[in-house]
Amino acid sequence: MNSALLEVEGLHIALPPGGDRSHALFDVSLALQAGETLCVVGESGSGKSMLANAILRLLPPALAPRQGRVRFRGEDIAALDRQGLRQLRGVGIGMVFQEPMSALNPLLRVGVQIGETLRAHGMKRAGERRRRVIELLGYVGLPAPEQLRRRFPFQLSGGQRQRVAIAMALAFSPAVLIADEPTSALDVTTQAQILQLLQRIQRETGMAMLFITHDLALVQTIADRVLVLQKGQVVEQGAAQAVLGAPAQAYTRRLLAAALPAANPRPSPADAQVVLGAQGLNKTYSSRHGGWRWQHTAALVDVSMALRHGQTVGVVGESGSGKSTLGKALVRLLRPDSGHIQWQGSEVAEWPQRRLRPLRRRVQMIFQDPVASLNPRQTVAAILMAGPVAHGATPAQARARAELVLGWVGLPAAALERYPQAFSGGQRQRIGIARALSVAPDVLIADECVSALDALVQAQILDLLETLQQRLGLSIVFITHDLRAAARLCDHLLVMQHGRVVEQGASAALLRHPSHAYTRTLLASLPGPGLVESRELPPAQQEAR
Amino acid sequence: MSDLLYVLSRLLRAVAMILGVVVLCFVLVRLAPGDPAQLMAGDAGIDDPAYIAQLRQSMGLDRPLPEQLLAYVTGIARLDLGYSYPNRASVWSLISERLPATLLLMGSALLLAATVGVLLGVVAARSRQRRRWLDGLIAQGALLLYAIPPFWLAMVLVLVFSVQLNWLPAFGMQEVGGQLHGWALWRDSLAHLLLPCLSLSFLYLAMYVHLARSAMLEVMAQDHVRTAYAKGLGYWRILLAHQLRNALLPVVTMVGLQFGQLASSTLLIEVVYAWPGIGRLLYDALSQRDYALLLGVFLVIGTVVVVMNVLVDLLCRLLDPRIQAGALY
Repeated sequence: MNSALLEVEGLHIALPPGGDRSHALFDVSLALQAGETLCVVGESGSGKSMLANAILRLLPPALAPRQGRVRFRGEDIAALDRQGLRQLRGVGIGMVFQEPMSALNPLLRVGVQIGETLRAHGMKRAGERRRRVIELLGYVGLPAPEQLRRRFPFQLSGGQRQRVAIAMALAFSPAVLIADEPTSALDVTTQAQILQLLQRIQRETGMAMLFITHDLALVQTIADRVLVLQKGQVVEQGAAQAVLGAPAQAYTRRLLAAALPAANPRPSPADAQVVLGAQGLNKTYSSRHGGWRWQHTAALVDVSMALRHGQTVGVVGESGSGKSTLGKALVRLLRPDSGHIQWQGSEVAEWPQRRLRPLRRRVQMIFQDPVASLNPRQTVAAILMAGPVAHGATPAQARARAELVLGWVGLPAAALERYPQAFSGGQRQRIGIARALSVAPDVLIADECVSALDALVQAQILDLLETLQQRLGLSIVFITHDLRAAARLCDHLLVMQHGRVVEQGASAALLRHPSHAYTRTLLASLPGPGLVESRELPPAQQEAR
Repeated sequence: MSDLLYVLSRLLRAVAMILGVVVLCFVLVRLAPGDPAQLMAGDAGIDDPAYIAQLRQSMGLDRPLPEQLLAYVTGIARLDLGYSYPNRASVWSLISERLPATLLLMGSALLLAATVGVLLGVVAARSRQRRRWLDGLIAQGALLLYAIPPFWLAMVLVLVFSVQLNWLPAFGMQEVGGQLHGWALWRDSLAHLLLPCLSLSFLYLAMYVHLARSAMLEVMAQDHVRTAYAKGLGYWRILLAHQLRNALLPVVTMVGLQFGQLASSTLLIEVVYAWPGIGRLLYDALSQRDYALLLGVFLVIGTVVVVMNVLVDLLCRLLDPRIQAGALY
């Protein structure tokens, strides 16, 4: 035990009164040895980020640990003075955060942001700092470091920013790297690259890694040991193979089940009527660049698709592939530059909004962010009744309808009088689905509707969509960057890249024999066991893997 | 290259805006009831229509409005803003004589409000966690200042510091008849400046306190600040480079937006303190229907405001690289 690099012993952190539980962390202990990767797993709110921040004493004073201690190389970090703490943070332990968009200061060049770490810890000569910055940027696999160090964060992609953040954390080759969901905000392909990078650095420098994630598939790829957190308590801890192969706790098994794809894809109803169709859609965005020049981005290039009654069509691709634009065009929230769109036979691509309104109830949308897409100043009742009332229902009818759809999504009627803030992320997404269903649509367009949710809640929402589809005969367009979710729900897939559909077909066939190189890259980037192989195994064998 | 283009285009737009201000003011002034020729004749005790017509002709008021406007605009290019008959002097000479005093008052008040406001805002935001009372004190104090009308505050300050305590002069910019030089002149000018500057700046100071405080609170909660702590940076580096710098953006933007308001408050304060700036000039021009002077004052103030806004725009661009690249807006 004493040989451990980083030790956490019986850590208690109390939450301010009024929270949903009294402790953020309750009696958490762990030990990290040099060179190993410990994955901390749990759903959001389980306290895993709190744990990471507590190790570096980054929590506000109100959340200071009540009991327990954190030791780095045998030294209690609670006893460190300001100078010692700075030394611990910049030199001993590096940290990489989840959001590559916001984790860097938007106003400073990335080279400056890495350089200031070096300067703060004693590298006084500017030339020396510059050389080290360039070296670090090159080390994390960024192209042309000499030019890149002069860029601002907004000029880099999400993956590049995360590489910069990693370079920053590595400035003094720390003995421990704490990575708090470092890839959750990234595409699968970028995620795979960042994971490879972290593993390479670990191999080369022998640093230990505390990796925090909610994605068990990812854990399977990188973990030596796993610690499962639930509501601030450690429910299970041990070697990765033991915990993942034979989970002792029900909670771990639930997390595992959520990470695996559904056993059998549904057959595609190939002969049903087409309820939503599009042919040859084109859309180009133009933006002013530097005041005078215009920059054009092709978001949709000659995209065609058909959604049949009762079918679920998945649209997959990385961010920027045009999938969200396709979703918006299909509900006619934007007008395509050219092409055709049919809603149950009516050609609507060119219709003005006023003419579309009576048909709007047939095609409804579920949005990505369940927090931002519900008006915080309206009660759930007001949110759910607005649609039916706009389409001519009386308030009494709308109210009855609201209670009905709320029941469908598994929420009690008492929820009607409350405001969206009173609900968790998963519950809010249920409200979002209820809102879409309130006007009895035939078609749902779900744009990344589970991406903001944890694995467990994701699985619940996907199950809900599937049940509702069978019950109500819905047809769904499911837009996602998550192949795993798409494979679980969809019977037909469209793969998009740079605004084009590069491949499409029945899910099972497409995932088993991808023909386009891009699809193969997407599949290869998925962490954990592949989608198709595991699907063909009986459940018992899956667990043994 | 793109920077130069931007500055040029911004200046071009500024000139167009000033021209718009001229036309608008010109038309508005003419639309207002009252005839300066009649007023002047009345002052002289003459009520002869022929005399009034002659006066109108000599002042150019008998020509059609567009023609008068054109003559006025071409005059501006030569710094000829017309002639003020009641003052028997050219408008430009009247304004240029008094403009420095106004700019001094405005500039010092703005500087005071912005620096002290931002400083207090930062202190308040940083005290929120451990010294909540200080945050409350600053925020409530600022609210109190914000609620007091500047001209009323000006009168109270005069009553207390000039009339009761006799510490500071009540009006003017310099001691009347005092032949002061060197250090004494500086001291005297500063004493005269203090009260007007304070009364003018308090309202804006209160606004900047609140703005800087809320901007700081927002920035302090941002992820990149947590990153800065996690990197082990020092206190001042985090405060200055990662918090204050980012929090300054909304403050600077607001300074530009409010400059017009500040100009109008300045004119009011000048009247209260008999400050020899263009506020007093405007006041007299209004009561005497002195069209030429009125327009001249409007034009100069409009130009100052527009120029200030151009400067603020350029400063924002310098502070935020995202604006330069067109990544925002």
